[in-house]
Amino acid sequence: MAGLITMDDLTNEQIINILDDATRLLPVAKGKLFLPLLQGRILGNLFFEPSTRTRMSFETAMKRLGGEVVNLGDIKNSSVVKGETLFDTIQMVDGYTDIIAMRHPRQGAAQYAQDSARVPIMNGGDGAGHHPTQTMLDLFTIRQAHGTLEGLKVVLAGDLRYGRTVHSLSHALTRFGCELIFASPELLKMPTEIVSDLRENGANVIETEDLLGSINDADVVYMTRIQKERFADEDEYSRCAGAYRLHADNLADVKSEMIIMHPLPRVDEIHASVDSTRHACYFNQAFNGVVARMALICYLLGVTVPIDVESEGGAL
Amino acid sequence: MENEHSMRRVTAIRNGTVVDHIPSGQALRVLEMLGIGGKSSVPVSLVMNVPSKKMGAKDIIKVEDRELTQTELDRLALVAPDAHVAIIRAYSVAEKLTINLGTEVLNVVRCTFSNCITTNLREPLPHRLKVISRDPLHIRCHYCGRPQDLDELIKNVL
Repeated sequence: MAGLITMDDLTNEQIINILDDATRLLPVAKGKLFLPLLQGRILGNLFFEPSTRTRMSFETAMKRLGGEVVNLGDIKNSSVVKGETLFDTIQMVDGYTDIIAMRHPRQGAAQYAQDSARVPIMNGGDGAGHHPTQTMLDLFTIRQAHGTLEGLKVVLAGDLRYGRTVHSLSHALTRFGCELIFASPELLKMPTEIVSDLRENGANVIETEDLLGSINDADVVYMTRIQKERFADEDEYSRCAGAYRLHADNLADVKSEMIIMHPLPRVDEIHASVDSTRHACYFNQAFNGVVARMALICYLLGVTVPIDVESEGGAL
Repeated sequence: MENEHSMRRVTAIRNGTVVDHIPSGQALRVLEMLGIGGKSSVPVSLVMNVPSKKMGAKDIIKVEDRELTQTELDRLALVAPDAHVAIIRAYSVAEKLTINLGTEVLNVVRCTFSNCITTNLREPLPHRLKVISRDPLHIRCHYCGRPQDLDELIKNVL
């Protein structure tokens, strides 16, 4: 059964249908209604590297819909440290579960797992490769704020080189005709092969090192964390990272409907003063991870989300 | 005439395989991909950079007393997709074979990206590279999606 390895596994129409399902599932995600669409189904959570939001939101999504979750648990106590191949691990979990969510440090691991499995694999991040379930929740958040995904002006800022979220998201936004502005230090620029892929697909891409000069006519500003270890020395880090921080004072001239997103965790790139502005969207974005993943799991398992969730769902 | 002229540089073989129209300078790679090295017991003749009307310059390889199989020849698709292959029996061309670069290169080379899942050689699934375009040759790993540099790729022949 097909899973979600990259955003190329979904057509634009399928993406929109899943986002529509997610919108209807919001009261269930918020715990206002109980709708056991996934009762009797088991999700296998295979996180070969640390994750907080992705792992917890998959688990919450499954449980909100009445399903069960089994976890690989701490990698140090699993058979992986004994040298088990990914193929063998997948054979085992494939037998235990109906669907698998996976994060792995190696790029291509999700596709490899899908080729080894009968159940759908949801790629929760593979090295610096793809993170399509994050993209689904990002798209959900953007559409929730702007009512559309079409033709928006989106600034992606910070570490664009190693950040897999921005890679998957850029591809998806290109498909909906968004204008992309990549604001990053030279060292952390979007990989050239990704920029050329995007341009080949008709994207209007601007690359700049000037974040603050790019935000005033943006509809979305998507911030990412710049990691100290990417730089040769601390001075260079401080100089670069300092230019990719947002403070409430920087937002005086931005569009009133502009939203600021971040895959979290943040460190210094969004100052706490931004949290209370109308633009701050990152905590809502993190919550949306649950509802987007609920809709996605239903889609991949062939479970129909009822049109009228309110009348189908029961009180808790 | 062109072919005749080039062929004179090495004698005709009685039995074996002739791989002609190899892009100039690629003959050593072709041998490497066929697994024919210094320890090979069969006689091998190699001509490099001979004039060719069609290609400007080309390489030719003659392997005596060994008929290369279609599967072996398809391994050459990455370096010599337009090579002509003739199976020689009793000094005559008994069969003409073509090299097929399909949509996928299976278990010929492994991905060059150091963090690809396939770098764990104990993983049992086949090494798969997808042919995105033939001219110019554009290849990506089926698993990690990384574009492959041909010069690097040749070092990863399985």
